[in-house]
Amino acid sequence: MSEFFEDVKQMAREVVAPFKGLGIVGSKIAEKKTTVSYPEYRRPMGVRARWRHVLNRYDNGLEKCIGCSLCAGACPANAILVVADENTDAARFSPGERYAKRYEINMIRCIYCGFCQESCPTGAIELKDTFEMAESTRRDLIFTKEMLLVPDPNHERVD
Amino acid sequence: MEAAEGLTVLQQIFTAPGDQIAVWAHVVRSLLRIGIGIGFILTIVPGLIWLERRLLSWFQGRLGPNRVGWQGLAQPIADGIKLFFKEDIIPTNVDKTLYIIAPAVALAPVLMSVAVLPWNGSPNWGAVAPGLNIGILFLLAVASIEVYGVILAGWSSNNKYSLLGGLRASSQVISYELGMGLSVIAVILMSGTLATQEIVMGTGSNGFNPGSWFSDGQGLIQVVPIGSTGYDVYEHSWKSGIWDFNWLRLFPFGLIAAFIYLISMLAETNRAPFDLPEAETELVAGFHTEYSSMKFAMFFMGEYANMLIVSAIAITLFFGGWLAPWGVMSQIPASAHQTLGLPAWLINTINMAVLAPFWFGIKLFALICFFIWVRATLPRLRYDMLMNLGWKGILPVGLVNVSLIALSLAFQELYGSWWIGQGIAWVVSLAIVAILITYKAAQYGKRRRGAAAAATTDLVPVSPIRREPVAVSVSPAQPQEV
Repeated sequence: MSEFFEDVKQMAREVVAPFKGLGIVGSKIAEKKTTVSYPEYRRPMGVRARWRHVLNRYDNGLEKCIGCSLCAGACPANAILVVADENTDAARFSPGERYAKRYEINMIRCIYCGFCQESCPTGAIELKDTFEMAESTRRDLIFTKEMLLVPDPNHERVD
Repeated sequence: MEAAEGLTVLQQIFTAPGDQIAVWAHVVRSLLRIGIGIGFILTIVPGLIWLERRLLSWFQGRLGPNRVGWQGLAQPIADGIKLFFKEDIIPTNVDKTLYIIAPAVALAPVLMSVAVLPWNGSPNWGAVAPGLNIGILFLLAVASIEVYGVILAGWSSNNKYSLLGGLRASSQVISYELGMGLSVIAVILMSGTLATQEIVMGTGSNGFNPGSWFSDGQGLIQVVPIGSTGYDVYEHSWKSGIWDFNWLRLFPFGLIAAFIYLISMLAETNRAPFDLPEAETELVAGFHTEYSSMKFAMFFMGEYANMLIVSAIAITLFFGGWLAPWGVMSQIPASAHQTLGLPAWLINTINMAVLAPFWFGIKLFALICFFIWVRATLPRLRYDMLMNLGWKGILPVGLVNVSLIALSLAFQELYGSWWIGQGIAWVVSLAIVAILITYKAAQYGKRRRGAAAAATTDLVPVSPIRREPVAVSVSPAQPQEV
């Protein structure tokens, strides 16, 4: 007889199951939402996030990049173009002999592997956590040196 | 015509009682009622789409569309504009005539069935066609046309997924219309009328009200004239309320009928968990795979309008239509004319145009939320499960339910007592339930013992094809020769 009631109980559990499900889903409505309202609120990025590149400066405003092209050599996607030039006393950009006259990264080619950052001897190039880089044309996605360089701390921004 | 004398145009159109107005005013009123009915459906559908997307995302822990307009309320309008400006593709090998009329066939019956859904008790303003004495039959007839749109779309698209969707829709609707019809018959038996307003008001045409728990033998509604002004108030008694609506009548048979209706209603509208005709994981988009632009929008609108209609039918049949959960909240009583000095036309207008639609709307909102809630919870049924539920679950339960209601009513009429008829029906139903539970429990026990035995038995190598030992047939022994 106890087995019979066990079977009846099991039957009742199966009948009640969909309604239990309704209860569980219904309770979700009062809970905190998992998603956030994106452009206004964002979640913090991971500390090792690898997105948009920047070219760093020293504290005195000189560029860290010395135009050695090691990043271009390390790049597996051939996305980086470096054209170096000599520093003169009249026009000094970096502490060493040479500086990068042109520095371009093709952001469509880039695979964000971070090898450029690892190969850089002066720590000039770094991948930061800015990820909103969508543009309408391919040309706009070739980032030039002016776009990549962080602002000079010793000069007022003109824009 | 002479009755119309002494009334202004506005009084003729809006406030005067129906037997005092001219013929032209009747025509204007009819047109206005049609406008109210169709207009209500067409304006509420975008809001419904917004509600569904928002509520569904809340159930799933998302925020949902909240960008276009305040809280995303303009999102359906943006979607509509997008659909309107999309290219209207007619694939090469479709059956053009059917392909083009199919969306209209899906949408038109839905709008037609608004005709008999009452939003208040007035014989002048209560519905698009108030007092139509075949109301429920009209609803059933029109509701079954709607599936033709789906079948035609599936057939004419010349696409196997569309065809499968159309086939599924037709067999599903045929299966579940039985259950739906049985639950509707239960209500017709209980209220003794086909007219929708009379069903809500519980005043059967045969003069015999099977009664309910408390207001035994009384109609829910008393017609009280306001002084001698010609206006009536359909007063919902303070003794009456949610416990008198059809879903708790002849407890628990009314409740079972309501439950069956709710399930069949999900299946009729092709909504989750019965959305097999458009199951996107199996059939791309089902019957509307080949449709784009406004034709797709018409299907979309038809589906949502259908949700509104079947919910409104459920409210009308089971949940007391425009009546409030408790009698005193349903209306301003006729006595307010004497005690508070309110003019009769004002009492009439507030009762009919504000309070009744308010309660109707509250119930409609609750049922729509139930639709969305179920969609968020239950996964889609497999096709054989769908058919099992329809033919082996809903149909027999509905049949037995209708028989028990008939039994109860017959004995009530014979002995003139609610308790005798209902008691006999209870005894019979308890016996049926006991037999069913014993039978089903035996099945469960068999399954459980089988599972337990399988868990304790040592694994033995078995042939992958045949589990039972093969009985080798031996030719019968030859008789010994002496």
